[in-house]
Amino acid sequence: MTATTQANPAAASHVRAVRTGRIIVWSAAAIIAFCLMFAPFLFPDVRAQQVAARICVFIVLAASYDLLIGYTGIVSFAHTMFFGFGAYGAAMALKSMGAGFDAIFLGGAAGVALAALLAVAIGVLSLRVKAIFFAMVTLAAASVMMVLASQLSDFTGGEDGIVYSAPKLFSPATKLLTDDNGKVLKILGVSMNGKVAAYYFVFLSCLLLFYALVRIVRSPLGTVLEAIRENELRAEAIGYRVVAYRTAVFVIAAIIAAIAGVIWAVWLKYTGPESTLSFAIMIDILLMVVIGGMGTMVGAVLGVVIMTLAQFYLKDVMAAAAEATSGLPLVPHLVDPDRWLLWLGILFILLVYFFPAGIAGTLMKKGGH
Amino acid sequence: MTTPSLESRDLTIRFGGHVAVNAVTCAFHPGELTVIVGPNGAGKTTWFNLMSGQLRPSGGAILKNGRDVTALAPSARAKAGMGRAFQLTNLFPKLSVLENIRLAVQARRQLGPRLFRPVSAFPQLVRKAEEHLAAARLEKVAHMPAAALPHGDQRKLEVALLLAMEPDIFMFDEPTAGMSVDEAPVILELIAAIKQDTSKTILLVEHKMDVVRALADRIVVLHNGELVADGPPDEVIALPIVREIYLGIPAEDAA
Repeated sequence: MTATTQANPAAASHVRAVRTGRIIVWSAAAIIAFCLMFAPFLFPDVRAQQVAARICVFIVLAASYDLLIGYTGIVSFAHTMFFGFGAYGAAMALKSMGAGFDAIFLGGAAGVALAALLAVAIGVLSLRVKAIFFAMVTLAAASVMMVLASQLSDFTGGEDGIVYSAPKLFSPATKLLTDDNGKVLKILGVSMNGKVAAYYFVFLSCLLLFYALVRIVRSPLGTVLEAIRENELRAEAIGYRVVAYRTAVFVIAAIIAAIAGVIWAVWLKYTGPESTLSFAIMIDILLMVVIGGMGTMVGAVLGVVIMTLAQFYLKDVMAAAAEATSGLPLVPHLVDPDRWLLWLGILFILLVYFFPAGIAGTLMKKGGH
Repeated sequence: MTTPSLESRDLTIRFGGHVAVNAVTCAFHPGELTVIVGPNGAGKTTWFNLMSGQLRPSGGAILKNGRDVTALAPSARAKAGMGRAFQLTNLFPKLSVLENIRLAVQARRQLGPRLFRPVSAFPQLVRKAEEHLAAARLEKVAHMPAAALPHGDQRKLEVALLLAMEPDIFMFDEPTAGMSVDEAPVILELIAAIKQDTSKTILLVEHKMDVVRALADRIVVLHNGELVADGPPDEVIALPIVREIYLGIPAEDAA
């Protein structure tokens, strides 16, 4: 390494830029991890809790999608379908068996198993064909599942979805810790009730899943996936069965997405087409991965946080801005909260323009496509 | 006669009406370095593609150690010990040089279902990759992405990938193409070193006559998709048809 840097000043400055970029990206990720770890104490209001839990679940969802699109170069539009399998599995079991961990486990396992089975079928049947056809097959499968979810209303609750209770441990009435008077104990002004347990259930399961994904991409298998993305023909020529690897990674990503769905269903206590299956979510995940940086894993974290915060808080920020500039001509109209989608669009265009390989990808000079 | 390590039996491929490789029959044996020559468009690379599995033949068969491998995918052939380097550099551009080589080392090793263990948990893989890296004199660029290498180094990496596969059969397709005079010897030394191991079979497409003379045990000539000559270097080079193909001298004048 030192020999290279001495010989080549351009390489040296490249190395320095990459090092700075890494520091920025990893510090941002560390701050996010810290905020999520202590979210119930740092951001105790209900809406912020909702945002924090959504960020946790979507980090797993986006990171597992990055395994497909960023690492292996597989374009799939069925990721929310697998997410939905897990969510509906848990939701239907919680509804019919009652609010227990056995229902989450059984229903979740059934949903995950179904997701894995369907992923194998789609993978074996269509990962041989060109990427564009594969993308179309996944789109078709996802559309069919969405229609089924809204039509089979006896099982799925149709468009309205399913409302159910989470296990008692996660109920706000549950006292996790009590003080001397038998009342719920407060730490830093936050009641130690079931809501905190529910958040940490989400946080820790998502952390575990994200860690598993990071381990996969750092393993020798991860390099093979990147090799398939980079040069499928050569990967095959040096002895890797590309179709088998693609199918395997498609199944792994489907399983992780389905487990994320189970977690999401438990947190939301509601599962419907709009919360799990919709194409709006699929597009969100795609944007999160692209904005964060494909083929980096940590990019998924940054992308999810930026998009989710923008979706939840841009309106508030704009309302404040409109308020503050109310004396000026034109400006308050431009930053009117009704125009938040316009500004979100501009934000995305700027991000893609200045970070063509995504934020993490550009800063660390790494990643796919 | 022992079983050939590699055999092309009546291999034929047609693209529409054009017959690119026409009933080529040829057997290769361990310890033998065969140079394949022929003008551009003679079908050398296509023939290689048929043997290493990138193309499916319209007819004929490929046998490795007497076993028919015609129906096997390229990856299965690679696992069976048939290795191939490409004429047009064919690397993993965004991966580092070391990762490129490690992939080739890794391909034939059974790592088992250890999905979650980092690369650093397999030091023997990395060590082996570093050996091949050093052999190809690429240590200084080990951590650079393959796409950032100068052409000569990319050619070396192309060959290093084949070496790192540790095959029984080496197929080199113009390994020194476009390399400078200072760089080409590195590759030729590598090939000469493989030749020391008499269990290996080497096939080499090459144009440079000095290379051919220095390395070849045998020369096979392809012309218009057909095998037109096969024999010891001195004899083949002296053949009128070879002179005609290479020098454009009509056979009767040369004779």
